[in-house]
Amino acid sequence: MVKTMKWLAAGALCAAAVGAQAQVDQVRVWASACANCHGTDGRALQGNEPLAGKDKDELVQKLMDFKTGRKPATLMHQISKGYSDEQLQQIAAYFAAQKK
Amino acid sequence: MQRRQFVQTLGAGSAIAGLGFMSGCATPGGSGAKVVVVGGGYGGATAAKYVRLFSDHGVQVTLVEPNAAFVSCPVSNLVIQGSKTLADITTPYDNLAKRHGVKIVRDRVASIDPDKRMVKLAGGGELPYDRLILSPGIDFMWDSLPGMAKPGAQDKVLHAWKAGAQTVALRQQLEAMPDGGVYALSIPLAPYRCPPGPYERACMVANYFKKAKPRSKVVIFDANDDIQSKKGLFMKAWKEHYDGMIDYRPKHKVVDVDAATNTLKFEFNDDFKAAVANVVPNMRAGEIAVKTGLATANARWCEVDFLTFESKAHKNIHVLGDAIQIAPGMPKSGHMANQHGKTCAAAVVSLLAGKAPPSLPIYANTCYSFVTDEDVVHVASVHRYDAEKKTMLPVPGAGGVSVAASELEGRYAHAWARNIWADSLA
Repeated sequence: MVKTMKWLAAGALCAAAVGAQAQVDQVRVWASACANCHGTDGRALQGNEPLAGKDKDELVQKLMDFKTGRKPATLMHQISKGYSDEQLQQIAAYFAAQKK
Repeated sequence: MQRRQFVQTLGAGSAIAGLGFMSGCATPGGSGAKVVVVGGGYGGATAAKYVRLFSDHGVQVTLVEPNAAFVSCPVSNLVIQGSKTLADITTPYDNLAKRHGVKIVRDRVASIDPDKRMVKLAGGGELPYDRLILSPGIDFMWDSLPGMAKPGAQDKVLHAWKAGAQTVALRQQLEAMPDGGVYALSIPLAPYRCPPGPYERACMVANYFKKAKPRSKVVIFDANDDIQSKKGLFMKAWKEHYDGMIDYRPKHKVVDVDAATNTLKFEFNDDFKAAVANVVPNMRAGEIAVKTGLATANARWCEVDFLTFESKAHKNIHVLGDAIQIAPGMPKSGHMANQHGKTCAAAVVSLLAGKAPPSLPIYANTCYSFVTDEDVVHVASVHRYDAEKKTMLPVPGAGGVSVAASELEGRYAHAWARNIWADSLA
């Protein structure tokens, strides 16, 4: 019985935690795909551009310029075409909100 | 009563929405759900770190890995060429523990019991799990090369297709080879780990020969009908930098090897004796995945649900990286395995919290190849989940290859390595 009570208590905590914990955010997962080159949460190591804490509008502009071919690139013009404009805006907003 | 049973009982009798997904409970702190990750390569290490990140450190993660440190296959051809050392491509595991609270167990997995959700370690221990993430890499199908079963054969004719001791040993064989010798590289039928890897290796060996042994030659025996990746760029590099040094022979399938004489035997062609023979054998999912009954595609590769990377053979077991039956246009690469790791981590954390996994995975592949010790070419692609076909598909109009090899992309290739090693392991 004592054991059962212990599990009931754990269960209550568990249910509370479930309520608090949302589905992992889709935009966060999309942004994590950029981390291979640009560092976890956009905090890049030497050689690639950091994205964390950058101005959102500037990031969006850059990504759109890559996508439309206005800005020359080695491969970002090829990668950016894989995302809708709205997805690029959401990803830019995610990185803008990260600590540098 | 087991916690899991209790949770299931609660789920069955409860009206709380979403509990149907629940197979554990992600409470913050020490009493969270248990995830065991097997294999600390690009897929497994990334999954271990990102389960911790995505769960705000609420889910307990144990990583089982026999090696003391991670050694990268990408960039390992530069160790063979001589401009990098094994230390340059090695990253320790300790930051996963120190910064992210991943528990690291240095051991091999002896067996997995999918019904009891238990991993048995070669060292005798047992690890229970709510969800298991298996990133076992590849193992070689030695049965297809009978001569390689002879004692000592595998120490003499190397694959060097798992970075580590063999990478260094192949470099030593090339150093010991007299000028004027022939290095033969055989490529298995696709799919294999790292489609452009063999053609990059041919460039790197030729690059070393050009500097140190200019009368030597590289002969590539490809079981496939043609160059598998970046064809135009590799052919241009061979002509520009290694004219007359690299001899490419497609449709040459190695069926046996006499390691004592470094002789390759083919299905249809004459035997070929080399000074250094480098045989990349046929491969399949790592042994533990095959043994656990997860390799459902031709008994070689593991079929998964691309929203979660959950195995189609066993519930609560997720498989990542080179071991999976790939989606159309998806290469077996370290970059891709890292992306699998994040997608899987997000799904696992969501499922453990009783939620649906994110429904629209999108991720890219970027793969750099060195054609000289400074000049590099890339191939990139973006892959998006197709809900109707239930698979990942390349996004039309996105992706592509370099216009030409460049030193600038050489710098990006090194930056890529630095960043992906940190993203996966630090």
